[in-house]
Amino acid sequence: MNYPTRLLAPLALAVAFVAACGSPPPPPPPPAPVINQDSIDAAARARAAAAERARADSVARAEAARRAAEERARAEAAERERAAIAAARAAFATVIYFDLDKSDLKPEARTILMAKLPLLRANMNVRIRIAGHTDDRGSDAYNVALGQRRAAAAKRFLVDQGIAADRIDVVSFGEDRPVAMGSGEENWSKNRRDEFEIIVGGENLRLP
Amino acid sequence: MTSHALTTARLPLAIACLIALLAPAVHAQDPAPQGVRIGLTYSSGTRPGLYILPMQGPDADSIKAIISRDLDYGDRITVIAPDSGQPTVGTLNYPLFARLGAAAILQVTPSAGGTLRLVLHEVAAARVLQSADLPLRGAPLSPEWRMSLHGIADEIERWVTGARGVSATRILFTREGTLWQVDADGANAQRVPGVVSGLDPAWHPSGQQMAYMEMLDDGTHVVLRDIESGRSRRVSSTGGTNMSPAFSPDGKTMVYASGEDGVDLFALPVEGSDRRIRITVGGSTNAQPSFSPDGRRIAFTSFRLGRPEIYITDADGTNAELLTTSGFGDQLYRSDPSWSPDGRFVAFSTQIEGRFQIATISLRDRSVKQHTIDAVNEDPSWAPDARHLVFTSSRSGSKQLWVLDTESGRMRQLTRGPAARMAAWSPRLVITR
Repeated sequence: MNYPTRLLAPLALAVAFVAACGSPPPPPPPPAPVINQDSIDAAARARAAAAERARADSVARAEAARRAAEERARAEAAERERAAIAAARAAFATVIYFDLDKSDLKPEARTILMAKLPLLRANMNVRIRIAGHTDDRGSDAYNVALGQRRAAAAKRFLVDQGIAADRIDVVSFGEDRPVAMGSGEENWSKNRRDEFEIIVGGENLRLP
Repeated sequence: MTSHALTTARLPLAIACLIALLAPAVHAQDPAPQGVRIGLTYSSGTRPGLYILPMQGPDADSIKAIISRDLDYGDRITVIAPDSGQPTVGTLNYPLFARLGAAAILQVTPSAGGTLRLVLHEVAAARVLQSADLPLRGAPLSPEWRMSLHGIADEIERWVTGARGVSATRILFTREGTLWQVDADGANAQRVPGVVSGLDPAWHPSGQQMAYMEMLDDGTHVVLRDIESGRSRRVSSTGGTNMSPAFSPDGKTMVYASGEDGVDLFALPVEGSDRRIRITVGGSTNAQPSFSPDGRRIAFTSFRLGRPEIYITDADGTNAELLTTSGFGDQLYRSDPSWSPDGRFVAFSTQIEGRFQIATISLRDRSVKQHTIDAVNEDPSWAPDARHLVFTSSRSGSKQLWVLDTESGRMRQLTRGPAARMAAWSPRLVITR
């Protein structure tokens, strides 16, 4: 197979040479192409459309990416705010503790109460409930009154700091809603407490 | 003890008069009709022996067991009740019963119609002291039937001792945050239906209504409930704390403690108007009212000295004075006053060596008697006989209700099962004559 091919190649070159050196008649002009304007237009349109699509797609992609980024940022911001509000609410719910049979506020209780003020001042529509609780060592029945005194003591402090009295409800659950069961000072001390709950305006809290 | 009762069975008239003078003046217990002598003659503080003859007839065993237990729990009679034997016919051999330690003999004959024929013999006088046909109500062994039998046992106690028993009563209490009731003999412990939250109950003197504290998320409220129909209404009208309802002895007024800053006592008509009248003046914590039997004074717990102590005030709030003045115990904390139905004592809880104990204080000389030592004991409530107290005790390992005879010191456990507390002893619910 290789042999004939090697012979034919120089021969073809020779024929081409002879042909070029002679004066052969000019070849007839190629027939003028028949121009189909429609198809050109269509092609152009298609190209333009494709280009346009590509451009639009890329714009859309960029836009989508920008929007997604914005969305993410917004969500993150909202999440951060939610977290901040949740943290503020949680901080607001920090309980205060009392000594046995006592309802006077200890220094650390006053510090915790002071920390609740900014939220109350930044959200004038917020109403709260303070619930007083006791351990189970005092009189079972009279403990409701002791819990009431504990709740009232915290309310009095907040009112003295300028919070309107009608924004604060006080209730007592005596020894009936303990957080720590059993006896021993470790449990008792956890039960002698005031709890704080936002009962109105907690959905749209403004951070201080 | 019973033989002593027999040897001293004949008492001088002077002592009988003295006992009559000591009898409750206000809550006069069933004054006997002229010319009829009620009760054996026996010396105060002893328990005359009562021999219950063997009986036959419908539900005879249950009837005998319930009557025997009621009389035993009354702590005024020594019951001698042989387990078996034939009903005695003919004349009783009184000297034989005297040798058995009986000051009296009870013959009970159940009839098919649900009536008990009762005959009480006085051994020393060798004669019939009392007899009556008394009806039982409801289906045999039903709660209603048992209550009517308790009423009969209380009447028998009156025949023997002159003082009606308290077995036809119930005790309201708090269990698992809601209201329960139990008969005075410990039977028929059951939940009061339809109460979401119920603490610290109180009986209306009619026995037909109760009040209690309802503890909800928005605070505590006082609720008045009709026992028969179960119809209830909230009587406290303010937020914050509303607690410790009590009724005046005439049943017309309810007093409870209420407040947001301090807690004070308020009086409210039981029927109609909801206009309440303040009794104590603000600035402290005044709660747990208990009326004197004449309705003119109220014992209550107040924090006005910086610790809980018991005070007495006129019912209009004037003339408040400290009742628990004597310093005893290692901690100054006295609460849960309950004024005895005979007006002579206030029972209360006092902290001693860090634990509550039951004590009574005499209103005559302010002498204090401590009734409990073991475990934590609190929140006493008097039986209508002004002798027995129901209270909360941890002596069995959990909070349960116990009954104490303040005269003999005898105690019995009333409730079992989940923790029980905040007891209120009813007035007599059945009075059989």
